[in-house]
Amino acid sequence: MKLSPSLVVGAALSAFYLIAALVSFAWTPYPVEELNIADKLRPPSATYWLGTDHFGRDVFSMLMVGARTSIGVAVMAVGIGMGIGVPLGLAAAANRNSLFDEFIMRGNDLVFAFPSLVIAILITAVFGPSAINAILAIGIFNIPVFARVTRGAALSLWTLDYIFSARVAGKRAFLISVEHILPNIANLLVVQGTIQFSLGILMEAGLSYVGLGTQPPTPSWGRMLAEAQTMIYLAPRLALLPGLAILTMVLGLNLLGDGLRDHFDPQIRRAR
Amino acid sequence: MNIKSNLASLTIGLAAIGSAGMGLASSMSITVGMQLEPPNLDPTGGAAAAIDEVVYANIFEGLTRFTADGSIRSALAHSWDISDDGTVYTFHLQSSVSFHDGTAFDADDVKFSLDRARGEDSTNAQKALFQGIADIEVVDPHTVKIMLSGPDGNFLTKMAWGDAVIVAPESIDSIKTNPVGTGPFVFSEWVQGDRVEIERNPNYWGDPVHLDSATFKFISDPTAAFSAVMAGDVDAFPNFPSTETLSQFEADPRFAVIVGSTEGETILSTNNKSGILSDVRMRKAIAHAINRQDIIDGAMFGYGTPIGTHFAPHNPDYLDLTGKSEHDPDLSRQLLEEVGYDGSALRLMLPPPAYARRGGEIIADQLRSVGVASEISNLEWSQWLEQVFRNKDYDLTIVSHTEPNDINIYARPEYYFQYDNPEFQALMGTYGVTTDAGDRRALAHELQTMIAEDYVNGFLFQLAKTGVANAKIRNLWPNSPTQANDLTEVSWAD
Repeated sequence: MKLSPSLVVGAALSAFYLIAALVSFAWTPYPVEELNIADKLRPPSATYWLGTDHFGRDVFSMLMVGARTSIGVAVMAVGIGMGIGVPLGLAAAANRNSLFDEFIMRGNDLVFAFPSLVIAILITAVFGPSAINAILAIGIFNIPVFARVTRGAALSLWTLDYIFSARVAGKRAFLISVEHILPNIANLLVVQGTIQFSLGILMEAGLSYVGLGTQPPTPSWGRMLAEAQTMIYLAPRLALLPGLAILTMVLGLNLLGDGLRDHFDPQIRRAR
Repeated sequence: MNIKSNLASLTIGLAAIGSAGMGLASSMSITVGMQLEPPNLDPTGGAAAAIDEVVYANIFEGLTRFTADGSIRSALAHSWDISDDGTVYTFHLQSSVSFHDGTAFDADDVKFSLDRARGEDSTNAQKALFQGIADIEVVDPHTVKIMLSGPDGNFLTKMAWGDAVIVAPESIDSIKTNPVGTGPFVFSEWVQGDRVEIERNPNYWGDPVHLDSATFKFISDPTAAFSAVMAGDVDAFPNFPSTETLSQFEADPRFAVIVGSTEGETILSTNNKSGILSDVRMRKAIAHAINRQDIIDGAMFGYGTPIGTHFAPHNPDYLDLTGKSEHDPDLSRQLLEEVGYDGSALRLMLPPPAYARRGGEIIADQLRSVGVASEISNLEWSQWLEQVFRNKDYDLTIVSHTEPNDINIYARPEYYFQYDNPEFQALMGTYGVTTDAGDRRALAHELQTMIAEDYVNGFLFQLAKTGVANAKIRNLWPNSPTQANDLTEVSWAD
């Protein structure tokens, strides 16, 4: 079967950062938590491949660990969104038009009405800024997204004949949801997950940029950008590199999401 | 720039023809950049440094005033007599001084201002300045007698603070938005969020100023500040927010980089009552783990002077005690072992300025290298004031104490670093009432040594005043003996 170019490029870019993040656990050219003031703001060279920042830390190593931070936060945030949103959506669809359905979906609307930044500020005001709180904020933002997608897709399945026969056979709604509905909407969820993943990376960068996310000394692309801001005339690469990293990673994930959607869509596949 | 200098020569010519008696007066304006906007314009009612940076010496004047080198000279009081026991100050006031609204300045205004500042419902940020005043007596319209409850060697300095300027009862109600003082500049407009404009006071009692008008422009973003100076939108930025870009101004002949000292002792404030930090050996271990030069280089790009105690190095009574807390990781580790440090993380809370955010990361790294764990939280100012300053819920923080001669904060056990040493408090009491210069110096040395040996805080560096200005501007203050942008002597070179 032929793979679409966006799927290939997207998967390659995503894999590139995923590998960088995984490798950073075992090896980085330099330790990222050690400062070396004497070597600050060195231009790229054979010693420091992408130069050093204002504390003399190796930018290449920081970008690698930054990828780990971004991916880690996004994975957990999407996990929270899926883990809570999907069951909610399934339950709402199983009890469609009931008071329960109404309650869940209006609750989702309520959460959806708050931008993630506002949620993050709320959480930070109570618990103080940290990566965990960034994860929570992005995760909470993800819940209604997954709940809606799940409910919408599940609702259309509930009208199909094979589900109807399962109900007639006396199968409980819970089991129908788990055994018949969920597997059939899994591809949709994977696509949505990929897109939410890229949004999660953007949000983590945004929250860290304003100081609400990952705290120093853990490197984060967003904070690298913020710290490079006043040095933009002095060493533009300090802002360009993390900016590029965010851009290419999000681009890769979006392409991957697009590609996956096309790939899973039987109509488009047949047309090809 | 060219337009400006042409204008300058033209107007100087005109001024010479028009007013032969005025002498030096050239007519120019200046735009001064500031990072923070003042919350109001009442220097006697708010703590924000930005207030004084606009109004001090420009709009408001006190009995005495700070000069550029930090010494005290006469202002609204042209002279004074001090009684032999040092408790009665008789100030002789300038005559023929009027406020900007035309009302006359006299001894009643002095009594009103000082009584207002020391009154019970006063919102003055530095009420301690007025604590020693027992009574104020108006002798005649140009003489005022101030009775102190005890001798105070520092009283003339206290009266020079921005918090002790003379205001008028007639205009006090609107002082926050329409300040009326006696200074050489008159307030003209405040566009909130953007700028404050002042212009020359034609009826000024003292030497006329060189500038026609001045604008204080508020630019909080360091990058925008850089662009504004580069583009010439701002003529001078006396406290330039990002030291890392100064090298670019230095390389540009259009600009002059003005580096001076401030009264800002930048310290790693330590909560002396928080767990293991109450043990002096723990604080000593932290002090020896710190490499000051790395912090100055890494956080301030080389601008700053190492300090070993809470005293400004440019003060003649300063004692260099940096040797007591030299960078010595081995000693640090040994002390940690002695004190039985269990590796639990210290909470390091950092307010927004670059010295704190960057300095904090460097200190966290230096602490880590001797085995002390720390957990950084970046806080906004309001959070910092609430959590650290008021509630004392922190272990370590970094902040620059910019008030002049503020070693007395160590005599306040309720102050946020909670250093409670009765011996120090007693010594501070003696210091406060000593007037002899030699005795004061000896006492100052003793005070400095005591807090250095108690390792109350990590003493890091004296904040440098790093300013950028058009190379043609003359007589901006290089140093900050007090929080001010004194424009009274500022002029443009031809």
